[in-house]
Amino acid sequence: MTEGQAPPRELEEGLRRSRGGFMSRLRGLLSGDSISLESWADVEESLIAGDVGADLAMRVVDRARERGAPDGAVAAVRRELAAVLLPRDPAWNLAPPAGDPRRPAGTPAVVLVVGVNGTGKTTTIGKLATSEARAGRRVILAAADTFRAAASEQLRIWADRANAEIVSHAPGADPAAVVFDALDAAVARRADVVLIDTAGRLHTKSNLMDELAKIRRVINRRLPDARPETLLVLDATTGQNGLTQAVAFHEAVELTGIVLTKLDSTSRGGIVFAIEQRLGVPVRFAGVGERPEDLVAFDPTAFVAALFEDAA
Amino acid sequence: MFDSLSDRLRKTLANLTGRGRISEADVDAAAREIRLALLEADVNFKVVKEVVGRIREKAVGAEVLGSLSAGQQIVKIVHDELVDLLSAGDRTLRLHGNPAVISLVGLQGSGKTTTSAKLARHIVKLGRRPLLVAADPYRPAAADQLETLGKAIDIPVYRAPAGTKTVDIARGALEAARRQTRDTIILDTAGRLSLDEALMAEIAAVNAAVEPVETLLVVDAMTGQEAVAVAQAFAAAVPITGLVLTKIDGDARGGAALSIATVTGIGVKFLGTGEKTDALEVFHPDRLAGRILGMGDVLTLVERAQEHVDAGQAAKLEEKLRKAQFTLEDFLDQLQQVQKMGPIGQLVSMIPGMGGMAKDAQDAVDRGDLKRTEAIIRSMTRHERKDPGVLNGSRRRRIATGSGTTLTEVNRLVKQFTEMQRLMKQLSGGRGRGMLGGMPVGRR
Repeated sequence: MTEGQAPPRELEEGLRRSRGGFMSRLRGLLSGDSISLESWADVEESLIAGDVGADLAMRVVDRARERGAPDGAVAAVRRELAAVLLPRDPAWNLAPPAGDPRRPAGTPAVVLVVGVNGTGKTTTIGKLATSEARAGRRVILAAADTFRAAASEQLRIWADRANAEIVSHAPGADPAAVVFDALDAAVARRADVVLIDTAGRLHTKSNLMDELAKIRRVINRRLPDARPETLLVLDATTGQNGLTQAVAFHEAVELTGIVLTKLDSTSRGGIVFAIEQRLGVPVRFAGVGERPEDLVAFDPTAFVAALFEDAA
Repeated sequence: MFDSLSDRLRKTLANLTGRGRISEADVDAAAREIRLALLEADVNFKVVKEVVGRIREKAVGAEVLGSLSAGQQIVKIVHDELVDLLSAGDRTLRLHGNPAVISLVGLQGSGKTTTSAKLARHIVKLGRRPLLVAADPYRPAAADQLETLGKAIDIPVYRAPAGTKTVDIARGALEAARRQTRDTIILDTAGRLSLDEALMAEIAAVNAAVEPVETLLVVDAMTGQEAVAVAQAFAAAVPITGLVLTKIDGDARGGAALSIATVTGIGVKFLGTGEKTDALEVFHPDRLAGRILGMGDVLTLVERAQEHVDAGQAAKLEEKLRKAQFTLEDFLDQLQQVQKMGPIGQLVSMIPGMGGMAKDAQDAVDRGDLKRTEAIIRSMTRHERKDPGVLNGSRRRRIATGSGTTLTEVNRLVKQFTEMQRLMKQLSGGRGRGMLGGMPVGRR
């Protein structure tokens, strides 16, 4: 296209209709076992439109076709997709262990929150802090994002709202030192939960990833029995780069879970299928809004269903 | 992680080289690979269809030029098409009005606040006197963040008391700019979802009140298939005059920009290339086209090298290379410098034609080959590093034990290094060679 030329009208029209049109058309078509090639292609397309990725979308659709689809292509593909997701077992729980030998009494639960810039780490921590505090637990937040301007102020506002305590250092301080102090404080004050907010970092910056690995080592050294949860916060708007991100963060800090944020948008977050399949790390939470209670347990069934829903 | 389009096409079209014209069958074979490459780069699937269709039209019957293979010719056609699409719209930054009003809008976390500061710094260089405006009353501490950034770059920040409506913040800023004789105001607005009608109405009201000459949509380079819908929603609320594509310093291909430019005709104006306030670049369509296709990005590689390699050290090294005085000690330095620049596989993939080797290089790193090479050199005395000629059998055995490697590995490294030195001696007198070529990497 040359400068100033208008974009092709059909394309624009097509895009506007993409969500509303063909899925509802599909549902009408896809009852019975005579499923046309185009129908399978349409299902594949809706997966790609949901950021599932062309590779996985093709594999899932092929598998569904091989196994047959007495109840229609959508239902068959839905089953295949559900099978890709991991069981969320055991369920998320930061309650103090009652006779749990894996985490001795007196050791707080530790949650390390990591991710690229702008995915919603601080907000997620604020929400987690709120729900843990509401459950009657003593929560300490570690402001280990010492890089971004006003990051600790943002976290402090959340701490006040949630009735949690916060440990922070001056801007530019060593984040690992903040973490060490927060863990110390947690043990001294008999806190139940420590939530660690880290600076957003692109997974390609090796020095910043090393910094994260160092934080992970500090946790292990200070609280060898803590068995920390390491959560990657992933923006649902992210496309295929999400997998690369998850792999890099997994390598640096060994992830135990994913938080998929901004699912209240029109984005579907389909990249998590590839992530769960590749890394065996389950999505634990979904962020669905700005309020403290807008962090909900991830529901695989609803998530798969949403991929096939027409947008509003 | 992903194969580049050129690699894919090379594999697919391996048997098709050496013909005069691109046939329909060639294009059919290529179309699938082009489609996958574009989808992996997060180009919207509808746009992919459109692009593949256009390429098919242009490629069938096209003459294969000179020494190119059919595959290379097709890659060239795809590349040209992408450059064409990415050249959409007006890509200049307009600064009419007194003060000129620039408004930054976008989803949460796309990088508006950081971009505001970068843009302010950019236009100072154009001789302007900007005022930054904290127009996000919702995110906790958003105004604090902008104020800290403003202080760091010595540009004033306008803040309104808590509870002030966004429209009133914008109006107040306009007056403040006139009073303080600032000729440009940059509105850092709140992140919002395109579904949020109330907040979309709010930016429309802000635009109506202060009539920005530029309303820039800030888009994360990692954005997936929804990029087009998001851009359309924002464009429906306010007249978007340009895009800023952020976080391009990661390894996302940035197909979102292609989708948005193609569908909406909005021009890409800037790229955000890092966390520091000077990391804002004017957009070049050809660079992003190459990146989307995974075709190598020499300019980015050069820039990244400049960022991480100390200029004085580099000059010293070049001198040593020229005089063929390059020692194992220097080699160790180099290994460490290169690793600072980012994952080796990614670096190699930026070198045109080496995309296929990226995986090998990364595998070498993943196997720990570089670490082993480092360990071997570190187990040598300073004297040995300067003059590997003294390495007799007993010294080599000591080094192997000390580095936890084998005698064979030590021998191989010494041999490769000696060969490299010999090569450099032959080259000396000529220009210094690229630092990345010819480096031995220990292999098991």
